[in-house]
Amino acid sequence: MPTVHFTDTAGTVRDIEGNVGDSVMETAVRNGVPGIVAECGGSLSCATCHVFVRDDDFAALPPMEDMEDEMLYGTAVDREDNSRLSCQLRLHEGQELHVTTPETQV
Amino acid sequence: MAGKETDLLIVGASQSGVQLAISLRALGFEGHIKLLGDEDHRPYQRPALSKEFLQGTVESESLIFRSNDYWDEHNVTLVKGARIVRVEKGADGSGVAHAASGESFAFKRLALTVGARARHMDVPGGDLAGVVYLRNADDALNLKRIAPEATDVVVVGGGFIGLEAASSMHKMGKRVTVLEYGPRLVGRAVGTDTSEYFLDAHRGRGIDIRLNARIARLVDSGEGAVSGVELEEGTVVPAQIVLIGIGVIPNTELAEQMGLAVENGVVVDSNALASDGTTVAVGDVANMPNPLPGAPAGERIRLESVNNAIEHAKVAAYSLMGRREDYAGIPWFWSNQADLKLQIAGLSLGYDSTVVRRDDERGKFSVLYYRGGQVIAVDCVNTPLDFMAVKSALAKGQNIPAGAAADPAVALKSITTDA
Repeated sequence: MPTVHFTDTAGTVRDIEGNVGDSVMETAVRNGVPGIVAECGGSLSCATCHVFVRDDDFAALPPMEDMEDEMLYGTAVDREDNSRLSCQLRLHEGQELHVTTPETQV
Repeated sequence: MAGKETDLLIVGASQSGVQLAISLRALGFEGHIKLLGDEDHRPYQRPALSKEFLQGTVESESLIFRSNDYWDEHNVTLVKGARIVRVEKGADGSGVAHAASGESFAFKRLALTVGARARHMDVPGGDLAGVVYLRNADDALNLKRIAPEATDVVVVGGGFIGLEAASSMHKMGKRVTVLEYGPRLVGRAVGTDTSEYFLDAHRGRGIDIRLNARIARLVDSGEGAVSGVELEEGTVVPAQIVLIGIGVIPNTELAEQMGLAVENGVVVDSNALASDGTTVAVGDVANMPNPLPGAPAGERIRLESVNNAIEHAKVAAYSLMGRREDYAGIPWFWSNQADLKLQIAGLSLGYDSTVVRRDDERGKFSVLYYRGGQVIAVDCVNTPLDFMAVKSALAKGQNIPAGAAADPAVALKSITTDA
């Protein structure tokens, strides 16, 4: 099973097992991980599922599309080079993904 | 027997009902919460029903708000299939809610998050097989079930749901006709510039859209199923599916039975409290003071959106904890129709001028709405940067001067000023 390791701004880590094909956002929300809001439910409309991805994991992710790139300019906490919207990250078998959630999403 | 009394009974396992439970736990509410839904599903998200779920690109499991474990861990009891038909309530806020099944639920405090239902069209042939509505998961499942047999679909109503469903059905290979009663699309939610843009965009993508359409009757195939829609001028548009999306009606029956003030929804104050001072009403069903900063005093509004369900639920959660907190944030809305991603920030209510930013080469379009020179809202199609810039400016009480905004090459963020 893929596992996502969520670290919040206080440094608390939550390790959540996800399902192959689910997004990182869904995995977080369904299990009540604080720090991911995802108002629009994953339709790339709200930019409230912003995460910072650990650099080595980031390099392995599929590239983002233009819409995600534009949406990231509107996040509550400013984007950085390792920013992604977690609704666009689909889990695959055996994946270990390390992400940090921003201080706020709205 | 009413069973064990719950500390908070939330009637309606909706976006707002779910958010109310979540927000209360986040605020440290320790009492037991019971969340009642009248459907036979775990609480789920509705927006995808007309889009990704209908098209089959997301599974039903993805629509579920929270895992069962989450609810267990947070001491929230979910009850499915409980349709409350009557509430007895005392002055202290406690009472008993009675379900249609005969089951009853005792509570210390009550929240109404009962939402709205699809408005039914009164038309000859309206009960033929193949005439459907789209509000609930069961509606969407039914539409998915009958869709493969149909080649022609008529959508009645050119609002968000109608156009989303029309786009989905078109993508699924159907010949789609949209019949809109009014003179333009989405007339209730966007201005004329945006209506025109969507009209051209949908027609250009192959959807037949007819404005000012007057329906005479739905035609019977001879076997009790719909075969077409006859217009008053005599033509018949073929259809094996007629999807009606002509708006919703707030579910105010319980509030009325309880004697609460009702007027286009359950009337609530700025703390989401109904007229009895103890029951909270939240989301689509609530008629509240306009929460926008700078809105005219006394102006009331009922918003049908995910964002409002969430933000209003937060206000109600504070209220149930004995705290008064203002509605935070700027109302926003979205609608995905084919490759058109519409995002709206703010409320254009009462605008006196607009600025259109349009770049057809890149498929980008946005309209800023102004009242007395101050930007109050924006409609954006495939322009998230504009959406984000206006939403942020509104939240900070800033302005984006109309003159400079007219050039689509200029980034709105760069011309934002402190009002």
